[in-house]
Amino acid sequence: MISLAYRDIGNSFGRYLFTGLGIGLLIGVTLTMAGVFRGMVEDGRALLTAADADIWVVQQNTLGPFAEPSSLPDDFYRGLLTLEGVDQARNIAYLTLEIGTAENKVRVMLQGIDPSAPIPRLVAGRPLTRPHYELVVDKRSGFHLGDVIPIHRHRYKVVGVTEGMRSPSGDPMVFLPLKDAQEIQFLKDNDAVYRDRKRLQENPRLNPAANPGLIDDVETAFFSNHRVNAILVNVRSGYDSHRVAAEIKKWLRVTAYPKDEMEQILIGNLIAMASKQIGLFLVILTIVTAAIIALTVYSMTQTKLKEIAVLKLIGTPNHLISRMILLEALGLGLIGFLSGKLAVTYWAPLFPKHVVMQVDDTLRALVITLLICVLASIAGIRSALAVPPSSAIGG
Amino acid sequence: MKLFNRHFLYTVTFVLLVAGVLVLILVKGPLAPVSVKVVQLQRGDLHPAVFGVGTVEALRSYRIGPTRAGRLLNLHVDHGDYVKKGQLLGEMDPVDLPERLKAAALNTDKIEHSVEAAEAAVDEARERYHQARKEAVRYRKLVEKKQVSQELAESRESEARAAEDKLREMQANLAGVKHDLERASEEYRALEAQFADLKLISPADGLVTAREVEPGSVIVAGTPVLRIVDPDSFWIHTRIDQVHSGQIQVGQNAKIELRSHPDEKLGGRVKRVELIADSLTEERWVDVGFNSVPEGLSLGMLANVTIHMATLNQVDWLPSAAIVYRQGRAGVWVIREGKTDFLPVSIGVRTLDGKVQITRGIATTDRIAIYPAKPLKEGVRVAEMPDD
Repeated sequence: MISLAYRDIGNSFGRYLFTGLGIGLLIGVTLTMAGVFRGMVEDGRALLTAADADIWVVQQNTLGPFAEPSSLPDDFYRGLLTLEGVDQARNIAYLTLEIGTAENKVRVMLQGIDPSAPIPRLVAGRPLTRPHYELVVDKRSGFHLGDVIPIHRHRYKVVGVTEGMRSPSGDPMVFLPLKDAQEIQFLKDNDAVYRDRKRLQENPRLNPAANPGLIDDVETAFFSNHRVNAILVNVRSGYDSHRVAAEIKKWLRVTAYPKDEMEQILIGNLIAMASKQIGLFLVILTIVTAAIIALTVYSMTQTKLKEIAVLKLIGTPNHLISRMILLEALGLGLIGFLSGKLAVTYWAPLFPKHVVMQVDDTLRALVITLLICVLASIAGIRSALAVPPSSAIGG
Repeated sequence: MKLFNRHFLYTVTFVLLVAGVLVLILVKGPLAPVSVKVVQLQRGDLHPAVFGVGTVEALRSYRIGPTRAGRLLNLHVDHGDYVKKGQLLGEMDPVDLPERLKAAALNTDKIEHSVEAAEAAVDEARERYHQARKEAVRYRKLVEKKQVSQELAESRESEARAAEDKLREMQANLAGVKHDLERASEEYRALEAQFADLKLISPADGLVTAREVEPGSVIVAGTPVLRIVDPDSFWIHTRIDQVHSGQIQVGQNAKIELRSHPDEKLGGRVKRVELIADSLTEERWVDVGFNSVPEGLSLGMLANVTIHMATLNQVDWLPSAAIVYRQGRAGVWVIREGKTDFLPVSIGVRTLDGKVQITRGIATTDRIAIYPAKPLKEGVRVAEMPDD
């Protein structure tokens, strides 16, 4: 038995390969779009991974701290620790800002953490050790170990580098000690501080002539920040985080989300619109790609109708012709898929946002590609079998 | 033959392509081993330290002001002047105090005269009394000789008693006037003291850091007019996280970085660990003095302080990035036959430069995974990356 497909491709291998590569680029774009979509979801999850909490405690009736602003006093966590089932509770503050030198500004999400907390996904350097003026940055921010970065009033030293730590909107995450984050969040510029102080001093109720010491206390109270955005709670093993969250809500009059509800907020609420947009685009792109593959495979058969008629004329059995068309279609699909996948692997890191290639997505794409090839080749086979052998001479 | 060559070429190309993709999946794809760096237990000296931020303050600082409300008359010193203990710094307006002092002096003089008059009166009364007593004694004898009537003698005795009463009255009067004199002179001294109190006197040697009120201003009691500090008592009032404050003791060495001189490290020493902690910020106050106080300090300037603890000699340590936590337990990923294995360890002291003392759990030969490219799990295949 001879392989007709092998011979046929051998005759015009270059054309066949380039058709495959063209389809491959199209598949690559589709895969990239899927990767961008997965990346958005992954970014939302990266934050949850970084936090490593069972319960998120936020301001009452808010979807904080990302979907809505949330603010809690920073000594509130002590109350949480007294509840049964709560193992650890730690303060956390988030703020987005542009940091760096004048020529290299990067928009980052600052995450103020307890300096003794471990930092996930560290790829260089060390976690924070000092309670002030240290940063652990994500690789994507472009900063390096040992860089000194001014943020507002102080200079911070980069002591560690993480990989894959991003905010839900894709900004690289930067870890810093909580007290510094509180200060940055609250700190006004010097002119504003000066004006506020002046205003306080001119208020006779706050600065009575008979009590010259009072103003110092008023200023201390006025110019300090003891708020955080959320409190992360880890529950003791054997306790259900949903039940502990319900207890927190009931007794401490704040809102508490277990991890899965927080994930729902991050993925369902925060990036819902953007992901729907990308999702719809992905569907359209998939349909277009499928249509183009089908048309390419079908027209490949159509251009060969004359040769098929000759084959029929010399007595080639139908199943051999069908096999040739099917194998050629599958081969085209495989070349396309492989080159597409390769292309994605190499261009994905160039994207400004995170592009995630999931194994099941890739396999799904492979199956879809092959299925389309089979379907298209069936249409091609039908027309090939319908061709009369006489057209080889008559045409 | 030519056909065979061409087909052979195509076959080879195709096989290479498939092989390339497979290799790519194994090396970069999901099946690839996680690339990690490897560290081993190291032995050496650890220098634990605690970091805190603080402000320049003075242990001995004085707020000089009047004890009573009034108008500031003059000030003899200005911001930046060095003053001596007991030096006159300024004065409050005494208003009517000199006149009142003068009146009190006159009053004292007057009462002194009254005392003299009362003493004279006492002398006189005593004289009269002695006279009357003698008369009475004489008449008593005459009565015994029946030369005068009994009535006359009794009358003389009565006169003597009256003279005695008069003497007592005069003596009491003298005592009263003397008390008056005492009171008047006390009042005079009180006014004198008040007058002296109007002078603002330096309580110690020091440096004037602020001149807050100018002469002519009316101020209430206790308003600071001048602020004086003892420059030798400058120290850094440092906030230290309570978590780390347990190890801090008076006398430990410290390094001080002033915000005004960020690249200069000054030597210091813990002078005082304050007994009151801040429960809101969960910090504790530690005062760190300079080994030698630098020139040009300003109060309230920010400073970073690193307090050094006792050095630990020849202990086992790992970089803190190697420590991972699983269910609240500290441990490390040990590489055994190319796969990860979680090994709990006991942790001792941590240093600021990211070294962690390992007291128990691993051997020096164990190869420990650090900086993994992906989060590690139990039994994951890892590949060692060379150092950059």
